[in-house]
Amino acid sequence: MEANIPNTGSGRVRAIETDRVVKTFGPVRALRGVNLAVESGESLVIFGPNGAGKTTLLKIIATLSRPTSGTLRVFGSDPFADGRLRRTLGVVSHHSYLYGGLTAVENLVFAGRLYGVPDARARADALLATVGLAGRGHDLVRTFSRGMTQRLTIARALMHDPPILLLDEPYTGLDRHAAGMLTALLERLRGFRTVVMTTHSIEQGLALADRMAILVNGILAYQGTDGLHSAQAAERLYLDCVGGNGSIPREAQVPDTA
Amino acid sequence: MTAIRLLVWKDLVLELRTKEILTAMAVFSMLVAVVFGFAFSPSPDDAVRLLPGMLWVTLVFAATMGLSRSFVLEREQECLEGLRLFPIDRSAIYIGKALANLVFLFAVEVLLLPALAAISGVSLLPRLFPLLAVLVLGTIGLVAVGTLFSAMSVHTRIREVLLPVLMLPLAAPVLISGTKAMQGLLAGRLWADVLPGIRILGAFDVIFGVIGYLVFEYVLEE
Amino acid sequence: MKTRDWRAAVIALGGILAVTGLAMATLYAPEEKTMGDAQRIFYLHVPSAWIGFLAFGVVFVSSIAYLATRRRAFDLAAAASTEVGVVFTTLAIASGAVWGRYAWGTWWSWDPRLTTTFMLWFIYVVSLMVRAYGGTGNQPSKFAAVLGIVGFLDIPLIHLSVVWWRSLHPLPVVVRPEGFGSGLHPAMLQTLLVNLAAFTLLYVALFSIRRAQMTAMDALVTRRDESYQPAGVDLPAASLEVR
Repeated sequence: MEANIPNTGSGRVRAIETDRVVKTFGPVRALRGVNLAVESGESLVIFGPNGAGKTTLLKIIATLSRPTSGTLRVFGSDPFADGRLRRTLGVVSHHSYLYGGLTAVENLVFAGRLYGVPDARARADALLATVGLAGRGHDLVRTFSRGMTQRLTIARALMHDPPILLLDEPYTGLDRHAAGMLTALLERLRGFRTVVMTTHSIEQGLALADRMAILVNGILAYQGTDGLHSAQAAERLYLDCVGGNGSIPREAQVPDTA
Repeated sequence: MTAIRLLVWKDLVLELRTKEILTAMAVFSMLVAVVFGFAFSPSPDDAVRLLPGMLWVTLVFAATMGLSRSFVLEREQECLEGLRLFPIDRSAIYIGKALANLVFLFAVEVLLLPALAAISGVSLLPRLFPLLAVLVLGTIGLVAVGTLFSAMSVHTRIREVLLPVLMLPLAAPVLISGTKAMQGLLAGRLWADVLPGIRILGAFDVIFGVIGYLVFEYVLEE
Repeated sequence: MKTRDWRAAVIALGGILAVTGLAMATLYAPEEKTMGDAQRIFYLHVPSAWIGFLAFGVVFVSSIAYLATRRRAFDLAAAASTEVGVVFTTLAIASGAVWGRYAWGTWWSWDPRLTTTFMLWFIYVVSLMVRAYGGTGNQPSKFAAVLGIVGFLDIPLIHLSVVWWRSLHPLPVVVRPEGFGSGLHPAMLQTLLVNLAAFTLLYVALFSIRRAQMTAMDALVTRRDESYQPAGVDLPAASLEVR
């Protein structure tokens, strides 16, 4: 299985590449020809207002949604043709993917086994320690607070040690402490993992970005490193793309979540 | 194979901890059985004719309840999406879910069948094995379409309403053939007489098992 | 322009045939012995039922094509055919009930064909419900497509089980619809054929008009939605083509 997955950070093969990806929902084009390339080991942050298509784009990269036209390549292959490539992806979305009726350890081991992790139990214990939940492994997830659940969500996404991490608004609903923990965790992975993160918080995004992209109304309006040096520069760039006052001239919003 | 086993294990553990689905289905089907008893107050002769219909109608409603609950569970934290991220054949999710639902429905039947027999005063024992064969075939059919449709209806705005409305017309062959076959058996007809019904049930199971397996992935995709 | 001409021709021809069919049904076809003039509803009933099933076949094929290709055009075809199908199936059931009133002395009988048509009507209506209340994104279309496939395959099984069910019971009384077809008077057969042709053309016209409407609505939404163009971005042919 691992044969066609190169080591992380080698920089040889592009981790993610989309070619003219279009996604339509009924008559609405949520993505209008997105060309995106993410190198191995790179952290890309995608900014954009609500309804811009950020979640849709991430769902396509995660193979949860098929592009209407255009192609997706993960490490050079089509993940829709070869489902085993999903092993290279770790996803943190708006939802936890956790079962409230299972304990933290059971949730992680369940995910680990289905990802084909050799010693899922040991891996689960190690990750629980990493995210500061070592003492709570045998409690039902239902009893967890929002912050704890989010930390466990991240542990679940890392169970199979994926070379690519896809994070959709991971800071939403996190308190200061949990947000700090997430940033520290992502800092540690930086350079070793390919990260694609969407956010509308410019500050949190800039802290982790090697490169930024701005998605507006289904179009990748900007890709590059120009705005990375300061929050003001990024903000200006963002407003240029979004259009002056930050509103987008679009009446029908695409259902972006769920 | 391992994937399917894990998926079924997960559903069974979740259910055994809360017993939500089983309790709800069991209590509901008992109630319906008793209400049927009141409504028809069948004489011994009528009972032979009425029992199969009562059994299948109760089962379809109980199945609808249980199936819908089993997907609401997955929907709460979008766990279905999480399942689809695993590097496994996505059709395994359908098989796993269907097998778990089959176990739940069989468990309810173990309670319901003797209860109905007691209420209506019909002895099932003389034809027990043919009756069980009909029951098993029909249950597989209900689960085959029900698993597919509850995965659909749980994503709609009218989920509680949509599933029964989908199930009842489409499960009509199971309801009709299952009822008729059991009536025939209880009335002392030969196995050969009810064979057409058995064939319809078998065809239903095969066709919709295969269709469910093939289209499940499309259903979940946005 | 060209499609409109083609559609106008179908409507014109269908209209002529429909008027002819109506005239033949009332004036040309002979009176049936047992049922008298009430039998003439037959010329409305059979074509309606035929269109109901034809429309369902179109839904089935379009649904498979939609799931396989994910092209919006197939989804719209399935939606249009479902709508037209509901109308004709309703007509078939209503006229069937009237027929039953005179043929069997009752508004409703569990005749296999009537029952199957009734179930078909249910599946159509549920399909419209799924489209109206369905989930997010393309899910309503996908769900309706699945229902279009499952429902179509279910219909023969429903029919078989009803036939088997009825075979254990005596049939109502009087005339069975099975009597027709072979023993049909030539003038009756001609009238039926003209009406079948008229209804088929009517279906083609309604179906294509409805599909064109839906396509136009899509194009409007797309155009309104894509007025925004960020500066300095090359758009890969953001035309109005609808997938």
